[in-house]
Amino acid sequence: MSETTGPVRRRVLRVVLVDDHRLFRAGVRSELGERVEVVGEAGDVDEAVTVIRDTHPDVVLLDVHLPGGGGRAVLDSCVPELPDVRFLALSVSDAADDVIGVVRGGARGYVTKAISGDELVDAITRVADGDAVFSPRLAGFVLDAFSSGTVDVDDEGLDSLSPREREVMRLIARGYTYREVARDLVLSVKTVETHVSAVLRKLQLSNRHELARWAAAHRIV
Amino acid sequence: MDHGTSQQPRATRARRGRVLGGVCAGIAAHLGWPVLRVRAGFLLLTLASGLGAVLYAAYWAWLPIADEDGEPPKGASADGEGRDLAGALGLGALAIGVLLVLSLRGIDLVGSWFTPLVLVGAGVGVLWRQSDEARRTALLSDVSASARATTRTAVRRRGPRILLGLALVLIGIVGVAASQGDVVASLKGLAAALLAVIGVGLVLLPFVLGWWRDLAAERRARIRSEERAEVAAQVHDSVLQTLTLIQRAAHDSDEVVRLARTEERALRRWLYAPVGDPAATFVAALESEIADVESTYACAVELVHVGDAPRDERIDALVAASREAIVNAAKHAGGSVAVYVECGPEAVEVFVRDRGPGFDPADVPDDRLGLRESVVARMGRAGGSAHVRSQAGEGTEVSLVLPAALGARSTT
Repeated sequence: MSETTGPVRRRVLRVVLVDDHRLFRAGVRSELGERVEVVGEAGDVDEAVTVIRDTHPDVVLLDVHLPGGGGRAVLDSCVPELPDVRFLALSVSDAADDVIGVVRGGARGYVTKAISGDELVDAITRVADGDAVFSPRLAGFVLDAFSSGTVDVDDEGLDSLSPREREVMRLIARGYTYREVARDLVLSVKTVETHVSAVLRKLQLSNRHELARWAAAHRIV
Repeated sequence: MDHGTSQQPRATRARRGRVLGGVCAGIAAHLGWPVLRVRAGFLLLTLASGLGAVLYAAYWAWLPIADEDGEPPKGASADGEGRDLAGALGLGALAIGVLLVLSLRGIDLVGSWFTPLVLVGAGVGVLWRQSDEARRTALLSDVSASARATTRTAVRRRGPRILLGLALVLIGIVGVAASQGDVVASLKGLAAALLAVIGVGLVLLPFVLGWWRDLAAERRARIRSEERAEVAAQVHDSVLQTLTLIQRAAHDSDEVVRLARTEERALRRWLYAPVGDPAATFVAALESEIADVESTYACAVELVHVGDAPRDERIDALVAASREAIVNAAKHAGGSVAVYVECGPEAVEVFVRDRGPGFDPADVPDDRLGLRESVVARMGRAGGSAHVRSQAGEGTEVSLVLPAALGARSTT
């Protein structure tokens, strides 16, 4: 299901696995096989920061719940000093509330731990290319978060989605792949990716108050 | 004189350096005032209205005696004490000033009842300072949170009635007393009775608060144990059984995967996405239908929802239609079904998508046709619409739209 959107990547991607379950890391390693080179592993925040700094990978697979501060702590340390390292969050729960902190910290999307090897490689490739990985659930979260509150219709700064972006998000929430979205809206896949990246940026930088308010209103546990 | 966390040490009756019960010495140590001044104050109060003796007795009964190795009371004052002293003096000066002004105007409040009342209040305040700083804030936060909530609801509901009842009782008592004779005397008697009641209430206040705090703690413990029981039930009913089944089916890897996946999804849903009461809202009702379909048809259904809507007849029809669409997708596509629900102010929309073989719309297989017609017909009766999009090799998407009824709004 991989889409070739840019130059075909020849170099094997270098990836660091960060997860506190050793068995899970071993499983992912074997699933990824030869397609991706796992250059380092870590089980907690400090170890992760050290390994990332030493190996300077292309993509970091980052568990959301890590001892020592969670995935967010790793992002806070690494993102400022290593801007070309891309982070893809791993989550057991598939609940946007869980993941949103990490996304706002700089991760370019997330995948659930139940993901298949092929889809994982695809997601890693996409993140390495600079695109965002949006699951239907994350898209649903975005639509929910950006629909609450009263924002000026004309103001398309960071606080609201453009109509096009909203359409793209709706289709992704309905389970469409980028290619299907592109076909449905009569766009190129690259344009779809651009919209998705723009939404990711808004999600990361937007008016904190609204998103925080949404998070507080939806906090269940 | 330090108790770790508290800033002000508990007031105690001094063991050494005491004349009678060590009350003055203890209070002097607690407040940081010279012993002589406290003693003088008590003496004056006794001479003036006998209140000094009453207060002394109360403190004697209430204050605990100092520890065995307690130091002799000193007049030392820490920072906080100094500030308290200054505050107390300031208030006192203000009170005296107010009294002077009022007496200049001819209102003589330094009568028989005002000053003692104020002093009783001050005494109660000092009584209150008995608790450690930390314990008091803990007490207040415990109590005030629950008390505020309960009293707020109680006052709102029953406040007017309570006031009316109190007023009637008072009027009745005064009337009865007045019918016996002197109205003024009966009023004075009433005032005295009220004071007595208030006094008793003040004395009992710490006990009551203690009981309230115990009640709150017990309630918390009960909630915690209920939650634990709920978790245990879930783990027992669901997870343990699945693990047993997996062990038994170990030879059949497909079955193992199916069991594991079903359990994983159920557990994840239970842990991370409780969506409310199925009888009350649309999304919760759909969720429970989905859980049912998942276990019956061995498929994986992902639900993404934006917003929610309260249940009514039309929504119920939508739930039923959605269920049929999902079952249809599960039966023919196998594997995974994606459901997206959007509850907006204008309409509630449901999209059911599968990645099965798909079909050419011009050549619809019979059973898919039949169910589609029932889904479409059902939606039509409810005032909505249903559309099917499919392409061979691309899967199928069923979209159900239920416009908001006139005047109805959905909640987000």
